[in-house]
Amino acid sequence: MAAPVSACPACDAAHIAEDTAGKGYRGNGQEAQRIMLSLPTAHCAACIVGVEGSLQQLDGVRSARVNLTLKRATIEADPGVEPQKLAEFLTSIGYEAYELDAGALSTTATEKSSRDILMRVGVAGFGMMNVMILSIAVWSGAADATRDLFHWVSAAISLPIIAFSSQPFFKNAWAALRVGRLNMDVPISLAILLAAVMSLYETAMHGHHAYFDAALSLTFFLLAGRYLDHRTRAVARSAAETLAALEVPRAHRIKPDGTDEVVSVAELKIGDVVRVVPGARVPVDGMVEDGESEIDRSLLTGESLPVFAGPGHMLNAGEVNLTGPLTVRVAAAGKDTALHRMADLVALAETARNKYTSLADKAAKIYAPAVHLLALAAFAVWMVISGWDVRLSLNIAVAVLIITCPCALGLAVPAVTTAASGKLFRQGMLLKSATATERLADVTHVVFDKTGTLTEGKPVLDNMGDHTDEDLALALALAQGSSHPLAQTIVTATTAAGLRAARISEVKETPGHGISALAEDGQDLRLGRAEWLGARGLDRTATYLKIGKRPAVAFTFTDNLRDGAAEAVADLKAQGLNVTLISGDAPAAVQDVAFRLGIEDYRAGMLPEDKVAAIEALASAGQRVLMVGDGLNDTAALAAAHVSISPATALEATRVVSDIVLLGRSLAPIAGAVTLSRSATKRIKENFAIAAAYNAIAIPIALVGLATPLAAALAMSFSSITVSLNALRLRGFR
Amino acid sequence: MNVLVYLIPISLLLGGVGLAFFFWSLKSHQYDDPDGDAQRILSDRWDKAPPED
Repeated sequence: MAAPVSACPACDAAHIAEDTAGKGYRGNGQEAQRIMLSLPTAHCAACIVGVEGSLQQLDGVRSARVNLTLKRATIEADPGVEPQKLAEFLTSIGYEAYELDAGALSTTATEKSSRDILMRVGVAGFGMMNVMILSIAVWSGAADATRDLFHWVSAAISLPIIAFSSQPFFKNAWAALRVGRLNMDVPISLAILLAAVMSLYETAMHGHHAYFDAALSLTFFLLAGRYLDHRTRAVARSAAETLAALEVPRAHRIKPDGTDEVVSVAELKIGDVVRVVPGARVPVDGMVEDGESEIDRSLLTGESLPVFAGPGHMLNAGEVNLTGPLTVRVAAAGKDTALHRMADLVALAETARNKYTSLADKAAKIYAPAVHLLALAAFAVWMVISGWDVRLSLNIAVAVLIITCPCALGLAVPAVTTAASGKLFRQGMLLKSATATERLADVTHVVFDKTGTLTEGKPVLDNMGDHTDEDLALALALAQGSSHPLAQTIVTATTAAGLRAARISEVKETPGHGISALAEDGQDLRLGRAEWLGARGLDRTATYLKIGKRPAVAFTFTDNLRDGAAEAVADLKAQGLNVTLISGDAPAAVQDVAFRLGIEDYRAGMLPEDKVAAIEALASAGQRVLMVGDGLNDTAALAAAHVSISPATALEATRVVSDIVLLGRSLAPIAGAVTLSRSATKRIKENFAIAAAYNAIAIPIALVGLATPLAAALAMSFSSITVSLNALRLRGFR
Repeated sequence: MNVLVYLIPISLLLGGVGLAFFFWSLKSHQYDDPDGDAQRILSDRWDKAPPED
């Protein structure tokens, strides 16, 4: 069967799986739909077989193929098979799974550029091996015509390959030079170009030394580093897309009879009306029909002040609804929304926001000017010594450039980050920021949020029997307007009990306090914190409902500790880190959790601004703070901390500001991640030291004019291999 | 040294065959899921991969 080359490898993979499926279910004749599931905990051969095998047993599933590198399953199924059901099925048999929006996942672009770099690496490797073999003949004593022949053959192989393979360096160097800056690619490009031109000239002049092998191996090693870097980012980006897809694909569509239905964003049509709860991203571009709220547009426009949104205002997908529930008439959905066009800009904004200078940048800042000055100095000094012999002086300057060229430096960071992030990814942690490991290594103080972070964040309403149906109906109506976990629990519990929401108006959420509204009979309604209602708080997790002048009634909840929370806290403390628990919850509940986890330092009743103040106080006391949190009220604190982690269950707005996202349910990997990033940072510094040591030996040799092509090749290969091996030691870490 | 006239083209040709093989493996998506492929070989389930495209 000669299928055309597909733009989507996963589709091809799905075809194979179809061929291999024992059942050979060919579908019901209708066009298949493609479903993608994220499998954050898949890690072994048994998982592949388990997931693929059990999915293929299901009705309507034609094929399933797991990609373990991207931790994803691609499923071909009959139309009408619900992705949510498949994800729930897999989770129920022990393979944690989340649904992905297959339409929004742009695997093709990254796959293509990754393959492009790999192709250049392959070509450079081919050229390097051939030219090396020819060079060995020259080094071992080929002379005169034979040497010239070998040099010419080398030139014929090298020049086109350099022109093809080194393009990424040339492009980056040119981009930097055009705006008058220096980056790592400038000395690299200069060394490659000078080496090639100089060697061509030497070959034409029947010279002894040609550096074609050096130019090619430089290209090869540096491209290999570039490829590793690219791969790490591609996997991280793919997982980040996973997270984006976690939140966006569903929208609350309002049916003509006024009830909500949850639908996939892909199903929305222009003109539909959707409900957007506070704390959630707006899923579509559209116009506000009903409701008033504030909108955080910082992600899309850079406006830091929230703007007002009321009927008639336009909203864009990706904006965060802050306070009140809104109904929005759809103007564009899915790939046509502003969010999708902005995705690249968002990535840029996030890197720009990050003021931390990475170790690699620090090294490049010292390195690039130093190398150029050194080569220039060598040229000038040798001009004087040799009595204006340009050929000799230029030869030595090129030798200096080649020998100092950052093969080892170019590999030092990517090799380590690849090993470290690969390791962390396998443990279920996604690094969103390239410098997250470096910053995580500095951490001296860990701050945890309680609800949803240390605890499951799935509170259970335990006193529904104490309330009248009328109160419950009002509570349901108020709670519907909030994404606060307690409000959501009230909604679930009361809806499950068959209650319908009472009619209320002017719903407004005051973040950190609660929700207020007007009842049909004009009474003030408030659902929220005891202080805000003027009620006396109970000694446990509860929210309070106040109707008019009646005394407030309490809704009480119980919450379980999150899986791995105890291990994480114990391990972090064992590492000598200070652990603090900061929560907006009632003192008794916070104390209870702190006691169960052995945290001595805990603060309760903290508002969002108090959390930021606490983090800033720690920072000004010289502490590097790791903040772990999940809620809307933690967002500011997460952004203020030196490095931040949020669980996959956190609100989208929260995950956007955190550096690391936990893909699984457990908190246990956090302590290991801190240790791992410490040793990763140590390896990076070791690698810089190794590169510097090689240079310290090689530069004097080059300066006195003794750097033959053989010496350059040896120095380059040994330093590159040493740093790569040093980085690989991380893989065996624990 | 006349033998070089044959040997150099032959070695380049062999290298070129290797390169072509590499291109083929790249085109047929063999580097898309290295972790998965490493694990799949341990499974005793019949699998016709890699694809013939």
